[in-house]
Amino acid sequence: MKKIFSRPESLRDVPTHYCPGCGHGIAHRLLAQAVDDLGIREKVIGVAPVGCAVVAYDYWNFDCCEAAHGRALAVATAIKRVRPENIVFTYQGDGDLAAIGTNETIHTANRGENLTVIFINNAIYGMTGGQMAPTTLLGQKTATSPRGRNADSEGYPLKISELLAQLPAVKYIERVSLHSPQEVLKAQRAIKQAFQNQIENKGFSLVEILSPCPTYWGMSPDQAVEWVKETMSKEFPLGRIK
Amino acid sequence: MAKIIINREKCKGCLLCVSFCPKSLIVADKDLNRRGLNPAKTKDSSGCTGCSMCAIICPECCIEVYK
Ligand SMILES: Cc1ncc(C[n+]2csc(CCOP(=O)(O)OP(=O)(O)O)c2C)c(N)n1
Ligand code: SF4
Repeated sequence: MKKIFSRPESLRDVPTHYCPGCGHGIAHRLLAQAVDDLGIREKVIGVAPVGCAVVAYDYWNFDCCEAAHGRALAVATAIKRVRPENIVFTYQGDGDLAAIGTNETIHTANRGENLTVIFINNAIYGMTGGQMAPTTLLGQKTATSPRGRNADSEGYPLKISELLAQLPAVKYIERVSLHSPQEVLKAQRAIKQAFQNQIENKGFSLVEILSPCPTYWGMSPDQAVEWVKETMSKEFPLGRIK
Repeated sequence: MAKIIINREKCKGCLLCVSFCPKSLIVADKDLNRRGLNPAKTKDSSGCTGCSMCAIICPECCIEVYK
């Protein structure tokens, strides 16, 4: 028998600190697989966020840099401009990319920097204990919205991907999900495409990944993937946005 | 002919593989691993087709598939 599925070379063989059933682990593997498939392990430079994925650089087997909370795209812009021959990506949560980092996100996209962005939308702040994120759904209970998010006082779930798609310099945006093996395979294709675009100098590419956070959604891993499928993906429709 | 190998020490027992195996060949082990978690284990690999659904959904990348 031949081995047909194993760990990508770009994913270190170390245990992660993520909770059981957390989507970050799947997303890390998909990203590592894309790097392997495209043969860019010696050329890629990742920028890790602040959030649960803060030590992602310990898990990937290629060069990485850490940015202050929300500033990943500013750091990535600098790296890419100084070293245009490298393939530069950021990996950011919804708090990082769409709350504290909204400014960097919008302006980097508007400048059309030739970067790849992996945006993990889990509708919550995981690292700090489950507070409301810009992407938290209406009615969703979090540590800072104990009665559920209310549009009158907290506004609506922020569809940052749709907002960014309005910018002329943005080349590619796709929203994918991790709620089943079939959707994971689609996510894998989208991540590879976002890297391919950078290799071909096409410009700013972003993949938004709907990702379960069973711990702070107060669900089992099973219930969490079901919630992504039945509830979250209704608010954040899947597919190519641009 | 296909089979999977689950690394029981790396498994965190999320059991997403159990839900997504189309042949229901995976179960939770009653014995704890060294982390103190009930890892996934194969109940019976005779019907395994090597479809890799379990490995694709595994957040720990602790399932290898052979065919
Ligand atoms: C300047 C600054 N402000 C606030 C924080 C606290 N903080 C750490 S992670 C985080 C939010 C993380 O949420 P998200 O980006 O959605 O990632 P997740 O943990 O859910 O993967 C916050 C507010 C910080 N570390 N630095
Ligand atoms: S808190 Fe949520 S996002 Fe953070 S590791 Fe746990 S499941 Fe993942």
